[in-house]
Amino acid sequence: MSEDRLDVRKTYKLLINGAFPRSESGRSYEVTTTKGEFVANVAQGSRKDVRDAVVAARAAQAKWWAQSAYGRGQVIYRLAEMAESRRDELAEHVRLCEGLSPKKAQARVSRAIDRVVWYAGWTDKIAQILGSSNPVAGPFFNFSVPVPSGVVGVVADQDSSLEAFVDAVLAPIAVGNTVVAIASEKRPTPAALLGEMTATSDFPGGVLNIVTGFTGEVAPTLAAHEDVDGIDLGGVDEDFANDLAHSAAGSIKRVLRPSPTDEASLRRLRAFVETSTVWHTIGQ
Amino acid sequence: MSDELTNSRLGEMAYDPAPESAAIARLKPSYGLFIDGEFTDPSSHAAFVTLNPANEEPLASVAQASSADVDQAVAAARRAYDTVWSKTTGAERSKYLFRIARLIQERSRELAVVETLDNGKPIRESRDIDIPLAAAHFFYYAGWADKLDYAGYGPDPKPLGVAGQIIPWNFPLLMAAWKLAPALAAGNTCVLKPAETTPLSALVLAEILQQAELPPGVVNIVTGDGTTGAALVDHPGVDKIAFTGSTEVGRRIQQRVATSHKHLTLELGGKGANIVFEDAPIDEMIEGIIDGIFFNQGHVCCAGSRLLVQESVADDVLRRLIRRVDQLRVGDPLDKNTDVGAINSAAQLARIKELTAYGEEEGATRYTSTCALPDKGYWFAPTVFADVAQSHRIAREEIFGPVLSVLTFRTPEEAVAKANNTNYGLACGVWSEKGSRTLWVAERLRAGVIWANTYNRFDPTSPFGGVRESGFGREGGRHGLEAYLNV
Amino acid sequence: MSTSPLRLVTSDAREVQLPSGSTLPAVESESQLRGLLAGLSGVDAVGAEARAAKLATRSLKKTTKLAALDLAISMVDLTTLEGADTPGRVTSLCTKALHPDPSDASVPSVAAVCVYPDLVAHARHVLGTSSVKVAAVATSFPSGRASLNVKLLDVREAVTAGADEIDMVIDRGAFLSGRLGQVFDEVVAVKEACDGAPLKVILETGELVTYDNVRRASWIAMLAGADFIKTSTGKVSVSSTLPAALVMLEAVRDFAEATGALVGVKVAGGIRSSKDALRYLVVVNETTGSAWLTPDRFRFGASSLLNDLLMQRLKQRSGAYVRADEFSGD
Repeated sequence: MSEDRLDVRKTYKLLINGAFPRSESGRSYEVTTTKGEFVANVAQGSRKDVRDAVVAARAAQAKWWAQSAYGRGQVIYRLAEMAESRRDELAEHVRLCEGLSPKKAQARVSRAIDRVVWYAGWTDKIAQILGSSNPVAGPFFNFSVPVPSGVVGVVADQDSSLEAFVDAVLAPIAVGNTVVAIASEKRPTPAALLGEMTATSDFPGGVLNIVTGFTGEVAPTLAAHEDVDGIDLGGVDEDFANDLAHSAAGSIKRVLRPSPTDEASLRRLRAFVETSTVWHTIGQ
Repeated sequence: MSDELTNSRLGEMAYDPAPESAAIARLKPSYGLFIDGEFTDPSSHAAFVTLNPANEEPLASVAQASSADVDQAVAAARRAYDTVWSKTTGAERSKYLFRIARLIQERSRELAVVETLDNGKPIRESRDIDIPLAAAHFFYYAGWADKLDYAGYGPDPKPLGVAGQIIPWNFPLLMAAWKLAPALAAGNTCVLKPAETTPLSALVLAEILQQAELPPGVVNIVTGDGTTGAALVDHPGVDKIAFTGSTEVGRRIQQRVATSHKHLTLELGGKGANIVFEDAPIDEMIEGIIDGIFFNQGHVCCAGSRLLVQESVADDVLRRLIRRVDQLRVGDPLDKNTDVGAINSAAQLARIKELTAYGEEEGATRYTSTCALPDKGYWFAPTVFADVAQSHRIAREEIFGPVLSVLTFRTPEEAVAKANNTNYGLACGVWSEKGSRTLWVAERLRAGVIWANTYNRFDPTSPFGGVRESGFGREGGRHGLEAYLNV
Repeated sequence: MSTSPLRLVTSDAREVQLPSGSTLPAVESESQLRGLLAGLSGVDAVGAEARAAKLATRSLKKTTKLAALDLAISMVDLTTLEGADTPGRVTSLCTKALHPDPSDASVPSVAAVCVYPDLVAHARHVLGTSSVKVAAVATSFPSGRASLNVKLLDVREAVTAGADEIDMVIDRGAFLSGRLGQVFDEVVAVKEACDGAPLKVILETGELVTYDNVRRASWIAMLAGADFIKTSTGKVSVSSTLPAALVMLEAVRDFAEATGALVGVKVAGGIRSSKDALRYLVVVNETTGSAWLTPDRFRFGASSLLNDLLMQRLKQRSGAYVRADEFSGD
């Protein structure tokens, strides 16, 4: 950045239904580096923003799933291309938010982008890995296919601002879900940047929605929302996760409490997948 | 020609009673808990009586397990897990399961009669469906026990430990098989809690486990009411809870388990839509609707309790359906010609009556079979409601009885929208001779199981389970192992 | 509680409902025939077989069984259709038909004897004025591979010789190659040649193979005026099966409701045991009902079945199993 010019700062906004609104509450909050230096003002999402995001995700889900698996892979791969072209910006924010050296931040961004590519390749494999043809004892063709749970809520990891976020949101998206993610409260800008990139990588509006803000305020709304089919509680401590899991049980949600070994794993891909089994008679 | 103008009456040739003998059940006057390989008295010596719902006669006295008894059972399961079962090779576990499967086959007639006496289901169903499928389930998972490396969950997948399993009263032995077989194949030990009103076949299964010389404590069976189940759910020594039952109870279990690290699978209620297109194979479709809702008195979580019929054929389908409903033979469950047996309990009968009363109140048109019902026991005549609206309670709530709600649709899209307009998502049926449309519909139905041109078919190789408020996890097939592996 | 339309199922719900007056549609062209057939529902083979298998588990006991055995006896078309048939063989058959169990007068006669046309006169002579009918297989039975003129002559000669009933075969080749009008026209022509004698139309379901074909062929025959539709000649490897009979019974039921005409069904070929026969009666009972539980509308084309029915009948009455030699081997 040139010394002799006042830089233009960006307000980091929410991502809902492909648009970037400020919070309906009009609030924002200050994000700082680990040392307390100002990074940006970020929209402070509200319960109503979560509600709007869920509506958008629900509306987008059928269309996202109706795309071919090949097409979903193309879209996700396009995100990797976008991220690569803006990797310095991502690395700068990972560095600021996570308090890392530029080199380490770059390495994390590399891993995160490679992770995006990994998920892009899964979209048209998962049915063959998780599906099956079932040899029932009768004149029926019987097959099982993995189908998405629907709308998945993600309470993203608080520390790993980009890598863990990529795992948490792209695993469900790759298998056909749409996502409402609550970004890391103190480190939200890398996630917000990734959200911006989806807008230029053919992601249909509503497939990925990101709410920044105070996790303690918005996560309970997401966990209790009846139109959310599953929730990933990776970003809250155990006691809070227990509360959210209890509340998620109200509508029999699928609950993922990921462990560190779950990153880039089949377990993550399986977490928000339902098995649908079809029987059809075989006869002349 | 004059005689030709008389309508022909279906089922005019009456069938004399053809009852299976109740003595085949060889019931004992009382049964204890099955803990650590032995039948034991409960610590409190409390017991309850299980009735024959077809005549309200007592069948046997059964132990009521307290939380102390559950504690004993979990401790036995833990001991067996630590000292024996986790050290038993997959190949050996496999052979135990094969043994159990064979023993079920050998005692199938006895088990069928026990099941029919305790549950009220027709002997034709327990004989031809419940018991053979239970044996088949053990056969299927027997073969998995030494092949877990190939199940798609990575090399050497580990069991979870002690599984607490709570099963319903609608398919008592079959549900026990669905729970125990994959759990044991995966290397877990089990504490099984049968339903309060149908504990007997599980206790015969306990005898079979003894005959199979399954090591003590690998399977423990605790009979009792809801408090027994709650004690099992809350027990800190349990690593996994598998529950089949109502959504209401499932929700409470998920809430209780939320604050622990117990693994959980739930197989809950449903309000399955049976979708009939105008090009459906009509005779087989009518039979499919009948099977869909009157199989097992409609006490089936995946019952096709909502009939969605294309408007263009609705009148014809309804007329043929009513004709067929009136032909159903309702009565003595032990009679080999009975199609529809007894409602399992007074409580369930009251629930069915309550919801059907709402159906009338809300303005649906009620057709009830003219069949005669026995004087004693719990009975409900097969019933069809026509002119049902999406908003009616009988279109939204699970009745769990022989009651069908008929709605209509105009286009495939409307059919899918109506089918999916429910919090449940267990099973649906699609009837059409047009393959491409059937697959189009199947792809869009939010349900774990979709039957095309058939209904209520089950097989151990075929994953079964729901989405949304019908629960999560699958039973059956390779997928069914996941519920009992730490993967 | 206010209750609105509470319509209990009425007592006629369980009936095959006939329209008032016959409304048999006149078929005037092949395209019209095709249109009628196109309106028929398909048959799901798995479902049809499952339904038949389920009905086969019905258990008939005591008085039901006794009544059903007697009914089955009265429905038998006692059949001999061999190249080696002689007047002597036909004489024994007719004698047996009249008095299946000479030691028990309560045993009913069978419905008919079924023979080749050249033996009709002899059978007629032996049976005299009894109630037992003479049925003749005509139309170049069993293949039907002859010109229409030959087939009609076959029929006329049988009728002239005293046949009460004619069992014809459809031209399966024409059916399978799509010449449905030809199949229809042949049945119409044969019906006319029958000169009032009831006509049974053999579909040869084993050669039609699919249940959709069985249903369509049933309707062609019925529209053309068949009095009975019949499963098989007994001369091909697949004869009558329970599901094929079920599909045919569904066709006659629906035809009755559509037209008011009650067409009979004859199952033939491979039915040897009482158990099999009773299974068919159960399917009749639960598919078409009371109006078909009579020899006027349901028949078994069989030979050895009769003795098994007699043995079961005796066993049912005496309680002891019976040796085969208890009854004549005719």
